[in-house]
Amino acid sequence: MMRERYINAALLGGLLLVVFWAYTGDEPFTITLATRVAILALAGVGLNIALGQGGLVSLGHAVFFGIGGYAMGILASHAQSYQPLTLGPLVIEGTKSMPLIWLTAMVASGIAALLIGLVSLRTGGVYFIMITLAFGQMFYYFAISWPAYGGEDGLSIYVRNGFPGLNTLDPIQFFGLCFALLLAALAFHAAFKHAPFGLALNAARQSPDRAQAVGLDPTRLRLIAFVISGVITGLAGALFADLNRFVSPTMFSWQLSGELLIFIILGGTGRLCGPVAGAAMFIALEHWLGGLSEYWHIYLGALLLGVVLFAPGGLIGIATRREAAHD
Amino acid sequence: MKSTLTAAALAAALAMGATQASAEMSDIKVGMITTLSGGGASLGIDIRDGFMLAVKQAGAGHVDVVIEDDQRKPEIAVQLADKMVQSDKVDLLTGIIWSNLAMAVVPSVTAQGKFYLSPNAGPSALAGKGCNKNYFNVAWQNDNMHEAAGAYANEQGYKNVFIFAPNYPAGQDALTGFKRFYEGELAAEIYTTLGQQDYASEIAQIRASDADGVFFLLPGGMGISFLKQYADSGLDLPLMGAAFSFDQGILQAVGDAAMGVRNTSQWNKDIDNPANKKFVETFQAEYDRLPSLFASQGYDTAMLMISAMKKADVKDADAFRAALEEADFESTRGKFSFDTNHHPIQDIYVREVIKEGDVYTNKLIGTVLTDHSNAYVDECKM
Amino acid sequence: MSLMLLIEQVLNGLQLGVMLFLMASGLTLVFGVMGLINLAHGSLYMVGAFAAAWVAAATGSFLLALAAALAAAAAAGAIVEVVVIRRLYARDHLDQVLATFALILVFSEGTRWIFGSFPLYLNVPDYLAGPVTLPGGIEYPLYRLSLIGVGGLIACALYLLIARTRLGVQIRAGEADREMIAALGVDISKLYTVVFALGAALAGLAGALVGTIQSVQVGMGEPVLILAFVVIVIGGIGSIKGAFVGALLVGLTDTLGAFLLPQLFGAFMDVSSAAAVGSALASMLIYLLMAAVLFLRPRGLFGDTA
Repeated sequence: MMRERYINAALLGGLLLVVFWAYTGDEPFTITLATRVAILALAGVGLNIALGQGGLVSLGHAVFFGIGGYAMGILASHAQSYQPLTLGPLVIEGTKSMPLIWLTAMVASGIAALLIGLVSLRTGGVYFIMITLAFGQMFYYFAISWPAYGGEDGLSIYVRNGFPGLNTLDPIQFFGLCFALLLAALAFHAAFKHAPFGLALNAARQSPDRAQAVGLDPTRLRLIAFVISGVITGLAGALFADLNRFVSPTMFSWQLSGELLIFIILGGTGRLCGPVAGAAMFIALEHWLGGLSEYWHIYLGALLLGVVLFAPGGLIGIATRREAAHD
Repeated sequence: MKSTLTAAALAAALAMGATQASAEMSDIKVGMITTLSGGGASLGIDIRDGFMLAVKQAGAGHVDVVIEDDQRKPEIAVQLADKMVQSDKVDLLTGIIWSNLAMAVVPSVTAQGKFYLSPNAGPSALAGKGCNKNYFNVAWQNDNMHEAAGAYANEQGYKNVFIFAPNYPAGQDALTGFKRFYEGELAAEIYTTLGQQDYASEIAQIRASDADGVFFLLPGGMGISFLKQYADSGLDLPLMGAAFSFDQGILQAVGDAAMGVRNTSQWNKDIDNPANKKFVETFQAEYDRLPSLFASQGYDTAMLMISAMKKADVKDADAFRAALEEADFESTRGKFSFDTNHHPIQDIYVREVIKEGDVYTNKLIGTVLTDHSNAYVDECKM
Repeated sequence: MSLMLLIEQVLNGLQLGVMLFLMASGLTLVFGVMGLINLAHGSLYMVGAFAAAWVAAATGSFLLALAAALAAAAAAGAIVEVVVIRRLYARDHLDQVLATFALILVFSEGTRWIFGSFPLYLNVPDYLAGPVTLPGGIEYPLYRLSLIGVGGLIACALYLLIARTRLGVQIRAGEADREMIAALGVDISKLYTVVFALGAALAGLAGALVGTIQSVQVGMGEPVLILAFVVIVIGGIGSIKGAFVGALLVGLTDTLGAFLLPQLFGAFMDVSSAAAVGSALASMLIYLLMAAVLFLRPRGLFGDTA
């Protein structure tokens, strides 16, 4: 426990150190990479709540990531063209304000998670994996063939959205913003683990029957966890879209859902900072191996296999030399 | 007064240009983002090779090119563009194949004051309302080939054409472009799923319709699947499409099924002009394969850039832009100039798929549209 | 819309259905017997198609190409089972998903490394090329008709294999009670390798048969894999009968949906937007079907009710 705490501090501190080095050395692109790590880690923290705490293997979390992205894209594109969005009697003004976009992204992905959860959580195990995957595909095809917001071409937002008091176009300031949100999500996750709800959820994961016997409703607990998880991943999606100033249906792709799972496994399932370690490692590999070989996915695949087969605790598991992550 | 001075300087530069070209050339740093791995890698490789061939022929070390692979993923392309602008500090970007990637990258790099020369994608948004003074398209506006196919259908006297494309923006643009020029009736208008591999259903509908021709856009593997299945169906209605689905790289995988298909293109290897002859010969000598449409576009893009470098320094953005606008280079496709929205005015031809020895390739059979521009010129306010 | 066109579309739906069954039966067997979820099943489909294209190019024989597809996919399946999959049976589904996802990366990039990025050429042999005229005057490609026939035959053979043979008894016993058959003296690890290779061979065969009329390229397996998942979820995971019914249901829904929905919307919209909206909805249709089935029967049509 103590050991993992040091490792967490080292991980987050390390990320800050890299950014500090890049800032002083005038390497803005490294800051962009670090921002990517922070955002993808945030999405992973979201998934980790469903997966690590609730035991829900979702292979469709890209849905929420994509919804967050499109919430940003749609609102900002309406602000960009000065044409309000009309939904029947409802007229919504576009906006370029990050807090408003975040709120929309979180509410929208929360609703989606609720609906998907209501259907998917009627099943379990492999059914759950496959049905979440199928929901992901459904959203993916919808986004491709829906012409209003660019279809497969996606949507470009020319200028990054604003946050009161900050210049978000400055890489270091945008990084700070994303990092702060990541810290907040990690703090939330840590508190959640030890709150009565988190403990009940964990009990429901480890032994649904016993949890039911003491009066807990496992499906309800899982549904709530799934919604919270979707909300956080949706927020990450909005940030990711802002990082790229672009959204497209690839944010819904099942490969992305798979990558989110990879972050968690690489880092260590159920570990608080697992997604941070996993995302950092993934981006570093992508950057470094991608430069070495066109076929870098082979090495990534082999590495991943190695971690799953021989180091089930992930990177943090190796560092703490302990396999059990659920405490 | 100032403008006459510039003009005079330009005239002087032009006069010297012929003899002292490379000595007078300014330096440039180019960022090339293109697809070198995964599906569609063959297109990126052709563009890169065409571009680098022209750079090599220009001689001397004036052009420094950074090449990166976008894996056909928009978010990777955006990341690479950020890297090239922020850390490589390039002056000009180029290379993107796909419209969706171009839409992700072009607006933000041109907004940062960099030049972008498109060697392939020409989405309508960038030709119309979203045009930018630093964005030049050296290939075509996306609708062009389809418009030409519509005009060709008129020329052939087709009265009832069956048209279909995948349900995504480029597919919708293709059908719109075709209908813009085609004057007859439509037997049917169908959208398929992007990435669809089985066209049995569409073929059945073609058979059931009383169409006299078929027009379609199915890039990459989709086109291969359709052509094989169509050849096997026993139908023999004439097929029309845009050049991208019938280019050098793809034809070998389709084989006999593609024979005789008419496709519209702004280039073919047998266009008779000195620049094209030189390009086709040197490309084969350098890379030991026939050049494709994409290779010619990569080559023309570099030729345009080099022509501008002879007249102005890229650091002087206004002068460099003016030099690009003149399009003073020998294009492999013959006549070439820019319209006011920085998209080409050029002839569009019809080609037919043939077999030369063991190799499937295209033969030029006619010109459909002369000095063709695009439908979005008036929407563009630079 | 004529009746003939509708019948032809139904045939197309059946053809897609039986090919999906070849994919789905392997997936569902592996899950039923070993409790393993295998994302890399689509890679075995790709291996089959590439092996067939390569052998067809070298020998010119379509039958040899099909044999090569079966052999290559079965061999790849057996090797993967022994080297990797075997270590995953005792793990949870998350580890299985991740490890087989990793296998997809290795297979796809490995194939690209060996064969390059260009699609390979594989075509219908002369004796199966061209259309035949069915009763009622419907012209239908002979090759597709053969696919329906081959798919049907394999479904029967699989049924007999499971119902009548010693291997079938072991498979059924394995589905019912894994500890039991080990106690009965069956070499369980050999059984698992055989079942996995059998599933792989079926996927490889499907890849070669379908690759012949589509394009043989890297990444061709994943879209089919996802459809096959939908099939076995609808049918009930572990049930061969469910896989068969689910495959036909998905094949028909997908084909007829894409054909009929745009016409339906055409009744109250202009042609272009009906085509766009109809096909958008059609591409989501099978997922909606799956959600509806699961909502009514959370373990699929033929899944156990435990």
